[in-house]
Amino acid sequence: MAIDKETVKKIAFLSHLKIDDDKIEETEDEFNKILNWVEQLSEVNTDGVEPLVSVNDTNLTLRQDVVTEGNQADAVLKNAPQAQYGYFTVPKVVE
Amino acid sequence: MTGMIIEGKTASWEVICGVEIHCQIISKSKIFSGASTHYGSDTNENVSFVDAGMPGMLPTLNEHCVYQAVKTGLGLNAKINKYSAFARKNYFYADLPQGYQITQFQYPIVGEGHVTIDLADGSTKDIGIERLHIEQDAAKSIHDMAPDKSFIDLNRAGVGLMEIVTKPDFRAPEEVGAFLRKLRSILRYLGTCDGNMDEGSMRCDVNVSVRKVGEEGYRTRCEMKNVNSVKFVMQAIENEAKRHVEVYESGGKIEQETRKFDASTGLTKPMRKKEYAHDYRYFPEPDLLPLVLDDDYIAKVKTDMVELPDAKRARFVKELGLTAYDAAVICENKETADFFEKAALGHDAKKVANWLMGDFFAMLNEKKLELKDSPITAENLGKLVELVTSNVINGKTAKDVFVIMAETGGDPEKIVEEKGLKQVTDTGAIEAIVDEVIASAPDNVAAYKAGKSNLLGWFVGQVMKKSQGKANPAIVNKMIAEKLK
Amino acid sequence: MTKLTELTIAQARDALKKKEFSAVELTKAYIDEMDNKRKFNAYVLETPDVALAQAQKSDEKYAHGTNGVLEGIPLGIKDLYCTKDIRTTACSHILEGFEPQYESTVTSKLLNAGACFLGKLNMDEFAMGGSNETSYYGPVVNPWSKDVPLVAGGSSGGSAAAVAANMCAAATGTDTGGSIRQPSAFCGITGIKPTYGRCSRYGIIAFASSLDQAGPMCKDVRDCAVMLNVMSGYDAKDSTSAKVEVPNFEAFLNQDIKGLKIGIPAEYRPEGLNAEISALWDKGIEMLKARGAEIVNISLPHTKYALPTYYIIAPAEASSNLARYDGVRYGLRINGKSLDDMYINTRTEGFGKEVKRRIMVGTYVLSAGYYDAYYLKAQKVRRLIRQDFINAFEKCDIILTPTSPVTAFPIGDKSMQENPINMWLNDVFTVSVNLAGLPAMSLPMGLSHDGLPLGLQLIGKAFDEGTIFKTASALEQDAAFRKGIK
Repeated sequence: MAIDKETVKKIAFLSHLKIDDDKIEETEDEFNKILNWVEQLSEVNTDGVEPLVSVNDTNLTLRQDVVTEGNQADAVLKNAPQAQYGYFTVPKVVE
Repeated sequence: MTGMIIEGKTASWEVICGVEIHCQIISKSKIFSGASTHYGSDTNENVSFVDAGMPGMLPTLNEHCVYQAVKTGLGLNAKINKYSAFARKNYFYADLPQGYQITQFQYPIVGEGHVTIDLADGSTKDIGIERLHIEQDAAKSIHDMAPDKSFIDLNRAGVGLMEIVTKPDFRAPEEVGAFLRKLRSILRYLGTCDGNMDEGSMRCDVNVSVRKVGEEGYRTRCEMKNVNSVKFVMQAIENEAKRHVEVYESGGKIEQETRKFDASTGLTKPMRKKEYAHDYRYFPEPDLLPLVLDDDYIAKVKTDMVELPDAKRARFVKELGLTAYDAAVICENKETADFFEKAALGHDAKKVANWLMGDFFAMLNEKKLELKDSPITAENLGKLVELVTSNVINGKTAKDVFVIMAETGGDPEKIVEEKGLKQVTDTGAIEAIVDEVIASAPDNVAAYKAGKSNLLGWFVGQVMKKSQGKANPAIVNKMIAEKLK
Repeated sequence: MTKLTELTIAQARDALKKKEFSAVELTKAYIDEMDNKRKFNAYVLETPDVALAQAQKSDEKYAHGTNGVLEGIPLGIKDLYCTKDIRTTACSHILEGFEPQYESTVTSKLLNAGACFLGKLNMDEFAMGGSNETSYYGPVVNPWSKDVPLVAGGSSGGSAAAVAANMCAAATGTDTGGSIRQPSAFCGITGIKPTYGRCSRYGIIAFASSLDQAGPMCKDVRDCAVMLNVMSGYDAKDSTSAKVEVPNFEAFLNQDIKGLKIGIPAEYRPEGLNAEISALWDKGIEMLKARGAEIVNISLPHTKYALPTYYIIAPAEASSNLARYDGVRYGLRINGKSLDDMYINTRTEGFGKEVKRRIMVGTYVLSAGYYDAYYLKAQKVRRLIRQDFINAFEKCDIILTPTSPVTAFPIGDKSMQENPINMWLNDVFTVSVNLAGLPAMSLPMGLSHDGLPLGLQLIGKAFDEGTIFKTASALEQDAAFRKGIK
């Protein structure tokens, strides 16, 4: 499955990364190299094989419904590049 | 009842609709962190490092959110899936600190079920439930605090949500309205969601399409997100359906898209389109293992189930003799139904229902009070009805007593006692007054006897007046009729 | 007398107990060593004041006899572990200046045991790399370098170099596809990646959640046992951590390995395998045989597919795990006209080339239309790879393989810079273990003709690190690697 420039642009968009126009071709080539390489997997017969999601053999352990955290707005905001009035702030979102 | 049909220029069109409802789960802490779910706290105070999507933070699942989802599933007559799993839905947004939402995709906790809705003509219809899954709520951003910035508060980020998805079974806006009311009622009965659409604890996304009457299959649908009242939902469906018909009839094509409902115009408009924006790249959440429930657990939740509105209504009709309408009104809200049952205990249930739905609701309305704050307790309302049925006071006096109860919160028996309002049933005392009235109005007596029978009411009125309303009206009536024969 | 910084944890611990020197003295010795060896670029943040303050407390605890297992032991911490109020960046520009307001579970356990933290160690950006060259802070120089600066391996390159150069008594590492074992092999130290779920991942910056595991990187096998005992244990804050009892790993050292069945997988000796590495492996086999272990030939038929499987699953999870770096709540922000512009500018500027490459590969394999062909397929092959090990462990108790097909190579190696796959191929012997969730250790066994360390890998059954320690202590004694380098 070779990919094209459009796909590279789409993937960059979904990843929220910018690829300069003069780098698209290079990225496309590299992508195709990688995809060709991983496509070895198609040699493996996986009929009837269940996908492995986790190597843990146990079930999920649940947490009790108790409030254990909070009232730490200062700590939450400590590393914010921009904050005002106790909020994180970002460039205005136009809906 | 048949659905809504839009008569177009070329054909008659049928409206097809399905909804997705996001319901905030009632729990103390968030679904994947130990931060509080309390509504109205100071900005960013109910935020754990997990909710803030800090590096290295991991989700842990709140057992109560699971319990609430299973309980709701049982309330929707739905299949509880013993195996369910979490997935990540990936997209970038200011309200989404992790850059993905933890939700359930392939394996929801609750499968197919149904809800019976009641339509205006008295008929009912079953609406299919496709699934219910649990997930985390997004944060809230405020866009109108500054001209160039949006402000983000993470307090809501990570509050547990149940997303309930219906089948495309609705054929009219009214059906969706009836469904939302019924769903809200069920959720409130179960105590799993408070169902307040205006506060956003219940939010509705609507999918609308149309098709020609008789046509098979479905046409392209449009989605309207976060319509925040039952009225707007119905309005949005109607207008969106009409738009589809117009587009089709003018030879156009409907694009599958998400549209925004504008409450001021009642119309919908397309949201800013983003190419590829809906490729959510769902994949199994590697930070959480699959959720496995056993039969014992589900059985245990079943034992915690309360009687739901439909069952309660049926019982009120069958056992207490209420009309279907009265039972429906009383049972929509669990608190009302509970109040009614308490008031009706040992008394004439139908009369209690009449009082409740008449004077009692009017009083609450007038005083702008919630049921729980009513000055008249259920027991006292029952006692008042009993005073009437057992002829201790008459209906008119009862209304006066009711007014006093509403003011003072007093016990009706004591009020009647203290104010000497017991009705006079002593025929001798009544006869004296009757004789006095007859003697004082020979003209009317003559007229009555000449056939003007509606004068009977005048005589009764005079007697009641002289007895200061305490005479038993039935006895008075009977006696006057006898004497004037 | 041996320099203080050359002592193992076990040796230093005993000497501290006997008050032969103080924790402050020990810490100062390491701080001096760090000053002297900055050229290796092992630390990205030095915290001598923090370490000395902790050491002072440790001396008090020794005086009162309330010392913990690691009391006064100076450690280096991989920059992937969140340390409260101490800058943590995963060696990425995007986490510039980030000071976590919380402590990872593993570092909490180390602190509670009395350890002193000397600073944060260099690594590949977000642990993505096999040579420590993707770090925003530049590559680590392997202390074994002679004329040409060599890589320390990756991603825990700073950890490996710091331990090898006595710039800390031991270090923490993390291992997603070989990131503890491969740099350990390159730098001639001992490192173990425990079973998935053995150590809590809470507070460790995620790369690929279903593969990431914390582990110790130490001067010898015993130190790994001591460290791992402290680092292990169930943590309610990590739903994937295992509710499994943690044995005393030190107790396995020096146990008799007579009759132990050692599996030798045919697939790990591909045609063209470096002859020295092949010979080293044979040497290891002979040593175990001489101690009465039984050698069993086994097959792990899907080995060939482990790398492509890994390079689908790890980037897929990473693409999602790294979505949170958006410039809103912490780290770097590069402004833009709109929110999306700000996101894109921040991420484009903040992530390095390899990280961006993997985010994009991961995004692609999860995207609509490709999920089944890549991600789902990889998950299925992952099951087959795990099944290979389950089958193999019916015939043997432990598996012995080389750790890496190569020795430390020069920084800036052209073929690897030009084609990322060439770099990825170095993980060939290590990634299967992560896909199967098994424990594995790399220990130094000898030197190449040009004087570079060579390592062998021991792979155990799930939660059977004990057998690894038992076998490793035998190999360690026979190879006497540390004696050789003195």
